[in-house]
Amino acid sequence: MTGLEDLYREIILDHYRSPRNRGELPSPPAQRVEGFNPLCGDEVVVYVQVHDGTVTDIRFAGQGCSISQSSASLMSSAVKGKSVTEARNLIRTFKAMMSVHEARLGDSPEGDVSSNGSAEDGADAPATDPESLGELAALQGVVKFPVRIKCATLSWNTLAQGLDEAEQGIVLDA
Amino acid sequence: MTNSRVDQKVAPTMRTDSCPSDVDFSKLKGDFPILGRTVHGHRVVYLDSASSAQRPQSVLDAMDSYYQTTHANVHRGVYTLAEEADRLYEAARVAVGRLIGAPDPEHEVIFTKNATEAINLVAATWARSNLGHGDVVLLTDMEHHANIVPWLMLAEERGIELRWIGIDDEYRLDLSDLDRLLDGVKLVACTTMSNVLGTITPFAQIAEAAHRAGAVVLADGAQSVPHVPTDVTRLGCDFLAFSAHKMLGPTGIGVLWGRRELLEAMPPFLGGGGMIRDVRHDGFTANVLPWKFEAGTPPIAEAVGFGAAVSYLESIGLDAIRAHEVDLTAYAQSVLAERFGDDLKIFGPPGTVERGGVLSLAYRDVHPHDLAQVLDQAGVCVRAGHHCAKPLMRRLGVNATARASLYLYNDESDVDVLADAIAEAGTLFA
Ligand SMILES: Cc1ncc(COP(=O)(O)O)c(C=O)c1O
Repeated sequence: MTGLEDLYREIILDHYRSPRNRGELPSPPAQRVEGFNPLCGDEVVVYVQVHDGTVTDIRFAGQGCSISQSSASLMSSAVKGKSVTEARNLIRTFKAMMSVHEARLGDSPEGDVSSNGSAEDGADAPATDPESLGELAALQGVVKFPVRIKCATLSWNTLAQGLDEAEQGIVLDA
Repeated sequence: MTNSRVDQKVAPTMRTDSCPSDVDFSKLKGDFPILGRTVHGHRVVYLDSASSAQRPQSVLDAMDSYYQTTHANVHRGVYTLAEEADRLYEAARVAVGRLIGAPDPEHEVIFTKNATEAINLVAATWARSNLGHGDVVLLTDMEHHANIVPWLMLAEERGIELRWIGIDDEYRLDLSDLDRLLDGVKLVACTTMSNVLGTITPFAQIAEAAHRAGAVVLADGAQSVPHVPTDVTRLGCDFLAFSAHKMLGPTGIGVLWGRRELLEAMPPFLGGGGMIRDVRHDGFTANVLPWKFEAGTPPIAEAVGFGAAVSYLESIGLDAIRAHEVDLTAYAQSVLAERFGDDLKIFGPPGTVERGGVLSLAYRDVHPHDLAQVLDQAGVCVRAGHHCAKPLMRRLGVNATARASLYLYNDESDVDVLADAIAEAGTLFA
């Protein structure tokens, strides 16, 4: 079963079995955003609370495979307490790590709706050092399994949308 | 003619008389070149035929030979190549019609792109000229999106009403309320076999009740026509839709069979060459059946390949294929139950009588994607996802299943490899 270890790293399995920040936040004040992967039926709901330019709290709910669930868990740990700018940089860096194939997969007939709006997709993503990703680098192996990239990026695209909506004030801080 | 040569190439491993019990299914894999492939160092164990089947060498040869010796556009030329292409194309139509017991295959078998297009054809022509605001179409909770979305589109466009036959605890259609559901219904559009549950629906019974209620009946035969002997008269359908690629044929071609009176009365579908008898500045006269519904250059090589696929299936016999799949399904059910007990759930009717060889699995809490990924490492091809049946998945209360589906080239060793690979997934996600 060589190859699978690249995908199912211990950190990933750990976050899958014991997800961090799983749950809900009252919305408002939190921004609640749903993401779907229409190819496989995975769903994620991200609750993100932004206060004074900082991600003060984040939770996620939904159903999905080990990759989408662990990615959401890792993401929530990584952005909690960070500034919105730092969170956006992290999203860009993470997606750059995943982007080699994602750009190609983007044309699939039932493409990931939630990623459509992200102008940062693909080639112009900044080449921030993946080393800076810490635990998140465990997801790097997913790139070798192109079909699963959408699983890994689902929660990130959903968070990006949540941050956009928070900044546009779609739900105002109560 | 090339046709007979194609026929003779069918399958070294098969008898050409129809004595189904003599077929040696254990040798059939050799007829399918792709099954000789390896993936990740393992032989391919192909368990995704419900999505798309593989092709025997005879189908590949028929298409190659057509392109190498015969190709020209159909219906248009007087020269020999064109005439031969025409004959092959029409011979395929008759062969396909024969397989489903069509009383008048020359006129009633319409080639489409796939089953989806066949259903859309009915929605765009028959339904548009027969259904209006408030008219009811009866569907079931186990339809594929191909037999849902065209009707939802019509509901949006002209306010038809959709009703749904539910399913019972053993994953069969719940017909206890059928007569009430049928009240005022103009069309029943129902699958003959679920692509998720494997359930073989009591279609003839539904059709009879529907006809009594004055409704027209469409059968989505995409899953059953490849696996179960089919006779449109015994089914009692007015329309039957299916795809070649699920029955050893090429992609890009499918069938709408319809009762001749209905087809005659329907307006054309797509407009263009081939489907007209005359075109003037101020109008056109549609061609006769079946070409009225076949605008533009049709999938000719695909039709030839489809004809060869039908020859292959017939030389084995659908009865024998069904019997083989029943045995193999029973084997899979017992092996999976023995090895995994309550850890593994099969969404579908128990036993083998009311079901085909489609096994939708849930294994412990291993997500279907992860299961399919681990299986792929062992060369096992199964599909994970919603299988284009989201209303059914909601009814089942799951987002996805991992689906293993069997066909004539599968055998017990494939099931054993599947079971071993499921066990590996269990270890990985322990
Ligand atoms: C029951 C059923 N209907 C319709 C279809 C659509 O077939 P196609 O994609 O070939 O049009 C499928 C294919 O999965 C199916 O299983």
